[in-house]
Amino acid sequence: MSATNKTLEIATSPHIASGASVDIIMRNVVYALLPVCAFAVYVFGLTALITLTAATLSCVLTEHLLCRWRGATSTIGDWSVAITGILYGLTLPPGLPVWMVVLGGVIGVGVGKSLFGGLGYNAFNPALIGRAFLQAAFPVSMTTWYPSLGAERFSVLPSSTFTFPFAAPAYDSISGATPLAAMKFDGDMTATTDLVMGLTSGSTGETSAVLILVGGIYLIARKMMNWRIPAAIFATVFALSGGLHLVDPGTYPSPVFMLFAGGLMLGAVFMATDMVASPMTSLGCVLYGVLIGALVVVIRLWGGMPEGVMYAILLANAVSPHIDNLVRPRVYGTAGRSAP
Amino acid sequence: MSLLHRYPTFSHGVHPPESKTDTCERKIRQFDFAPVLLIPLSQHIGAPSVAVVREGQEVERGQVLGEADGFVSVPQHAPASGVVRRIGLMPSITGKMARGIYLEPYPGSSQEVAEGEPCILDTASADDIIAAIQAAGIVGLGGAAFPTHVKLKPPEGKMVETLIVNGIECEPYLTTDHRVMLEQTADIYMGIRYLLKATGAEHAIIGVEANKLDAAETLRAAAPDDIAVTTEVVDVKYPQGAEKMLITALLGKQVPSGGLPADVGVATVNVATTAEIGRLLPHGRGIQERVVTITGPAIGRKGNYRIPIGTPLRFALEQVAVSDDVSRVFLGGPMMGQALSSLDIPITKGTSGFVAFTEAQTGIKEQEYPCIRCAYCVDACPIFLNPSQLALLAKSGEYERMADDYNLMDCFECGACSYVCPSHIPLVQRFRVSKAIVRERQVA
Repeated sequence: MSATNKTLEIATSPHIASGASVDIIMRNVVYALLPVCAFAVYVFGLTALITLTAATLSCVLTEHLLCRWRGATSTIGDWSVAITGILYGLTLPPGLPVWMVVLGGVIGVGVGKSLFGGLGYNAFNPALIGRAFLQAAFPVSMTTWYPSLGAERFSVLPSSTFTFPFAAPAYDSISGATPLAAMKFDGDMTATTDLVMGLTSGSTGETSAVLILVGGIYLIARKMMNWRIPAAIFATVFALSGGLHLVDPGTYPSPVFMLFAGGLMLGAVFMATDMVASPMTSLGCVLYGVLIGALVVVIRLWGGMPEGVMYAILLANAVSPHIDNLVRPRVYGTAGRSAP
Repeated sequence: MSLLHRYPTFSHGVHPPESKTDTCERKIRQFDFAPVLLIPLSQHIGAPSVAVVREGQEVERGQVLGEADGFVSVPQHAPASGVVRRIGLMPSITGKMARGIYLEPYPGSSQEVAEGEPCILDTASADDIIAAIQAAGIVGLGGAAFPTHVKLKPPEGKMVETLIVNGIECEPYLTTDHRVMLEQTADIYMGIRYLLKATGAEHAIIGVEANKLDAAETLRAAAPDDIAVTTEVVDVKYPQGAEKMLITALLGKQVPSGGLPADVGVATVNVATTAEIGRLLPHGRGIQERVVTITGPAIGRKGNYRIPIGTPLRFALEQVAVSDDVSRVFLGGPMMGQALSSLDIPITKGTSGFVAFTEAQTGIKEQEYPCIRCAYCVDACPIFLNPSQLALLAKSGEYERMADDYNLMDCFECGACSYVCPSHIPLVQRFRVSKAIVRERQVA
């Protein structure tokens, strides 16, 4: 059969594609998170490794099993649930009983993602849904902080790790206070260099600002993250807390402390930028970032809790579609149309 | 990124690989006549031509075969001396059969071209030139195939100040306009003289993309001083060649939504069309052939060819050594080109090129993912639509909302959104279908 008698394939244009793919984007986010995970294990030892592994496996398995249960093809191959699992693990306090980690993972992915319809349909960041559930259900465990850089962190696990489900976890006598809690409840300030390097107590992955920023810059350079969101959050937090610090330095912490303490870095770079739950337009992303930044400052300084990043992001997730509707860019050639 | 922009351009858009190096240095070569030429009576947007020859009639090359049927229509000319074998249905690009003329060229004939009434530049009025452009059967050779003379007559109360000659050719693979700019410089300037007079424009700008600097140089070096014409280089970006995007890049103006270039004092004509006007009008001839880029991984002898109108694609592909693993052929470039199911359709006035892919290009079947709202499409759309939102509405069948609230009808189907989509959602195809549904409902 000659070439010109072959049956030709029909397809609609365009006949070429950029090569961008959801699984590639998601996989790169995982790559960007790996250094943060490695550092978490360095700072907190074996318990961080167990928390991260349990968090990731519980999220991935939940999605896989729910897909199979519906008779659908498993969607874990798009890598998005792996990000959810790792991020979820990074927000948890090291030493959290494993059964709680697993429960939160099941809730986060099951309720926060699969129930909404899976990837692309979740209104909220599923990792934060899981964490918010744990925060509400187990407030004590979620605010008991394992000290950083303990001498025996690679040989001894905190006794709370393998607590029997629903039994009260037995905590070791030693526990560290997070810099934000120390500031809020004791008025103690942590040294800025410790904050930047991440050598403090806190959630598994919230401690190293440097590595989080490196991961973010990698994703921004590969156009897999909208830089406007973290930039707007940082600028807002810095400006608001800086203004307050100038007015009353005794009561309000310095803006640098506010930027580097707690989950702000992790949240602003990796959580708020979840493509599905953030706005699509450039201006929308800026507004969304400003909203998160303002909520973080308000909750941290005047709220009942030392940390507010999680709730700030969840609230902003809820209004993200409305932001997109509010600030729709003017369509080409319609400039004169709505003018009076 | 924007710091690196040396040339003017429009906002948004995409950068597909240009894929032009295989053919951009190949000179235009003349094609032989096929044993039978298929000349559709509708090769343009508007009313089909009316056949004025009968079956069995001998015709001379350049003779009128079909006359224009009204103002938005053009005549068809014989691409070769020969015999009209049949007037009837023939396959067309749309997939439907369409009326046309089967012409059998005389193999040994000298193929002298019949001359008509020349259009003398110095004495012709604007209306004379517009009539002569219609009589020459000229349509937009960039691919749109809209009758050129219709575009040149500004609507009542509108003035054309600037004539923009479109030498952008932003579709990957195609090098037709590039070669015409290098090889038919004098024809282009002659065409511009006619077009300036026809439109009443004060000056002309030839827009050239920065990947064709040799063409810009050639044009500048040959610029005549009897007319006001400049050559401007714009950034390489798709869809820079879209009329609206080019006007914005060169003049900083936006054509109103639903409006015409004349609304901002502009008329735009493709550069190959301009060259054809300059080549044909002084002799009163009609279009008999056009330059076509034949390229793609499945083509052995890639190049730019001057091909008689009506040449069947099958014949053309045999001439250029198409390989056995060809799997997809599309007319035009890869961004907007239309894939063919049949090679029995002819090359028409709107065929700027065709590209043949092998299974190596078409075999990759990307999995479709749900929209992740990454906003790549929002950042790609040259007219600032939200393709993600539109696709969501299309899925739920809210076509009126798409048109009324989300400016669906402004979409000119460039395909930039589909090109960048990491979820591989056929966005532009959904919009084509949605637009057709909206139009149908508006008529009903």
